[in-house]
Amino acid sequence: MSYLKPKFRHPESPKNKLGYTLDYYEGSLSTLCAGCGHDSISASVVQACYELNIEPHKLAKLSGIGCSSKTPAYFLSNSHGFNSVHGRMPSVATGANMANRDLIYFGVSGDGDTASIGMGQFVHVVRRNLNMVYVVMNNGCYGLTKGQDSATADQGSKNKSGNVNPFDAIDLAGLALELGADFVAQSFSGDKKQLVPLLKAAIKHPGFAFINVISPCVTFNNNVGSTKSYDYVREHVEATSTIDFVPEMKEITTSYAEGSAQKVKMHDGSFIQLHKLSQDWDFQNRFSAMKALNEAKQKGEILTGLLYMNSESKDLHHTIDTSHNPLNTLGKAELCPGAEALEALNADLR
Amino acid sequence: MVLPNRDYFLNAKNLKPTDIHDPEYFHKVVDCQYACPAHTPVPHYIRLIAEGKYSEAYMVNWDSNVFPGVLGRTCDRPCEPACRRGRLGGEEPVAICRLKRVAADNKDDVMSRMPQGPFPSNGKKVALIGGGPASLTVARDLAPFGYEIHLYDEQKSGGGFMRSQIPAFRLPETVLNEEVGYILDLGIHTHFNTYVSSLKELLDKDYDAIFVGTGAPRGKDLPDLPGRWDTNANIHIGINWLSSVAFEHTKTIGKNVIVLGGGNTAMDCCRTARRLGGENVRVLVRSPFSEMRASPWEKEDALHEDIPILDNHVPKSFVVEDGKLKGMTFEKVKAIRDENGKRQLIPTGEPDVFEPADDVLIAIGQENSFPWIERELDLKFDKWGMPEVDKTTFASSNPKVFFGGDAAWGPKNVITAVAHGHQAAISIDLLCNNKDLVKDRPSPMVNLVSQKMGIHEWSYDSHVVNDKRYTVPMAEKSVALKSLKKEVELGFSLPTGFKEAERCLNCDIQTVFTETKCIECDACMDVCPTSCISFVDNQENEQDLRQTLKMPALNLSQDLYVSGSLNTKRVMVKDENVCLHCGLCAERCPTSAWDMQKFFYSVTKAGKHAATAQL
Repeated sequence: MSYLKPKFRHPESPKNKLGYTLDYYEGSLSTLCAGCGHDSISASVVQACYELNIEPHKLAKLSGIGCSSKTPAYFLSNSHGFNSVHGRMPSVATGANMANRDLIYFGVSGDGDTASIGMGQFVHVVRRNLNMVYVVMNNGCYGLTKGQDSATADQGSKNKSGNVNPFDAIDLAGLALELGADFVAQSFSGDKKQLVPLLKAAIKHPGFAFINVISPCVTFNNNVGSTKSYDYVREHVEATSTIDFVPEMKEITTSYAEGSAQKVKMHDGSFIQLHKLSQDWDFQNRFSAMKALNEAKQKGEILTGLLYMNSESKDLHHTIDTSHNPLNTLGKAELCPGAEALEALNADLR
Repeated sequence: MVLPNRDYFLNAKNLKPTDIHDPEYFHKVVDCQYACPAHTPVPHYIRLIAEGKYSEAYMVNWDSNVFPGVLGRTCDRPCEPACRRGRLGGEEPVAICRLKRVAADNKDDVMSRMPQGPFPSNGKKVALIGGGPASLTVARDLAPFGYEIHLYDEQKSGGGFMRSQIPAFRLPETVLNEEVGYILDLGIHTHFNTYVSSLKELLDKDYDAIFVGTGAPRGKDLPDLPGRWDTNANIHIGINWLSSVAFEHTKTIGKNVIVLGGGNTAMDCCRTARRLGGENVRVLVRSPFSEMRASPWEKEDALHEDIPILDNHVPKSFVVEDGKLKGMTFEKVKAIRDENGKRQLIPTGEPDVFEPADDVLIAIGQENSFPWIERELDLKFDKWGMPEVDKTTFASSNPKVFFGGDAAWGPKNVITAVAHGHQAAISIDLLCNNKDLVKDRPSPMVNLVSQKMGIHEWSYDSHVVNDKRYTVPMAEKSVALKSLKKEVELGFSLPTGFKEAERCLNCDIQTVFTETKCIECDACMDVCPTSCISFVDNQENEQDLRQTLKMPALNLSQDLYVSGSLNTKRVMVKDENVCLHCGLCAERCPTSAWDMQKFFYSVTKAGKHAATAQL
């Protein structure tokens, strides 16, 4: 078995603005099953960070437990990482983010890690609008323990041993919308053209950005009758839109049919251009997005693309009015302002 | 509802899938083998060397190129510039040539692996004129099938220019004798010290076929240069002089030596002169250093032996005083390319240069010469005095007479002569069996076998090493320069040979794609270290397709491997250019749509016409 990826890369590999080639953003060789959708998502993360010219040391990868949560080992080797307890990634992300707001927080979780053991943590991190990217690699099964149905397995979906799932699925994107998330997207691991711009937009979003990525489990949930197999997803995917993430304001050269293209400015001057494929839905209106999601579900379609975004999102630091400087940059003077300051504070509380 | 076949959706104008059943497709992927005139299966024997199977590696070579020991020291190695490793950025090719020598130097007794005579006669007689590599190859290929072979050469022993022109410090006589001996021991009737002065005489004898492998024996002179004929004593033609040294007629040379010319013969001349007592030996060449005809390593070896190479010097005159050679004058030039890209040497206007010399060696090229072929025979020559020879069959306009080696189209090298010999032998064998020389030519023998041993195991060492090319140890210069026969290169030690062998990328282990198994999970595309694999919409022409890939495929000399249409109507396209053959695509493929398969390609030799051709 090959545990090492050869060092050679294409000799003409282009460099990004920082002078790095794509491989600088790679991780070690994956030990997931061959053909796992998660590996494809990892490759999209590598591509997105390379294209965004992210300095790897300015990003922290956080994950819980599961096949999905192993993946941070397979991308961004030069970034910070924390592989936390099962379902507890949001707590660790919250702590890290509170201590240093200058990093990009990239959380990776799975359907078990989020929709079962970590559900409590998930709903609260959404509710608090922590500034992070939260990617769920959703394969509808517990791949690490031989493929039992997970809470996101669709009702009626058949697993590898032939059993049909009797329970209704938890719709994570719908849940995130319900809980007030300001950036909600769905995608498919096999569609990098859609996923890479979504990841870039999510990283640039100033609050909690949620992407639910259908990622087939090639070993336990890629059989006929499964609703999370490569073939089923490809046949039932209904892309709402295509988006371009444009790093800075510049003239738009692609032209779309009138009324179908919408441009949204992000807080840092970059913007998203969205090309709608279905007309009867407004991606800047939460209720419209929820309605579209519900209708798709009734039709048995998997709605993908950027479902909802509020570019005016205010994150947790804003809400609780924390220091603008990361804690690790504060000196003794700021952290221990002295007896007089304590006196004054106490006096305020009398 | 029944959907139409997915091909129904295809644009009829789109590129067709690559036909991997054409043996030449995968052959071309094995760059070294494809570049080799004899198409020696290079990665195959390099793996055998890595396994310590030196005799097996030697025999793979012997079957294909006949002189592994000689070529492992002296080959022009067209394989090495072709080596894929050289395209990886900052990498040098695998030292293929010197690995061949490792096999030759470390083999056991291989006689038992060779055809064992005496061979029952088939009643046919073939004459070979000239005892060089082309003729010897014909002899080896035909003798085991019962041909009575008569080899004529004017020298006292076989080997041709391998003996007369390649100095012993590059090619020890023992190595040459051994490999010439393997062939002569097959029962060849040798006629050494016999100069064939008339083709007509030979044609009148009862030979069924005659092969001409007489090389390009005439060294070019500078007859019109002023002063050339004022003396003849110390002005020598390079190849004649080398031959005279080889046969020990010439044993000394003056202290000041000028060598004219920029080819490999010039390099052999100057290095030989150093060993015969030349102290101030210089090479003067018309062209710029970078455009010299000599192989880069031969130039390096000359420089290493303290021989300056003065480029951009055009000979102007010989300076002779009182009938004695004093030196030569040269005009300094610079190379300029005109709008057609043609090189012109323009005088710089600097004053002419005088270089003192006791001896001058002229090594500015050589020509064919057939004074012994009567022009009234039905054998056509072109206006340059060259025989008309068929590029495929090597037949001349006389159906019984074949040409090969330098004699056919002018000076090339040993490996080309061997390749010619194989083809001429096939033609002679077909002729003697009343077959058509073109239609009945045998196809190459090819084989394609999966190397899969387990989920992640291959029967080849797929790991790609990062080692830089190892250098071959050399004899101490002070020792080497004292002797004409002390071999300069010492050859790789076995541990170094192993490490160098491991640098080979195993380009003959092919990535074979079966589109019907592909589920388009992207795993292969994501894992490929060199971004060779893309899944894209097909295009109407290859140029457009090359641009749409994950990494644009800009090396047009390398093919694209295009699959048939996949479920999403896309196609898999692999740019063969910098594939490492690491097998990761196949390891990460969940459905074995990718497989690593060993491709074996062997040029069919004489004697296997009927069976293989009709397979």
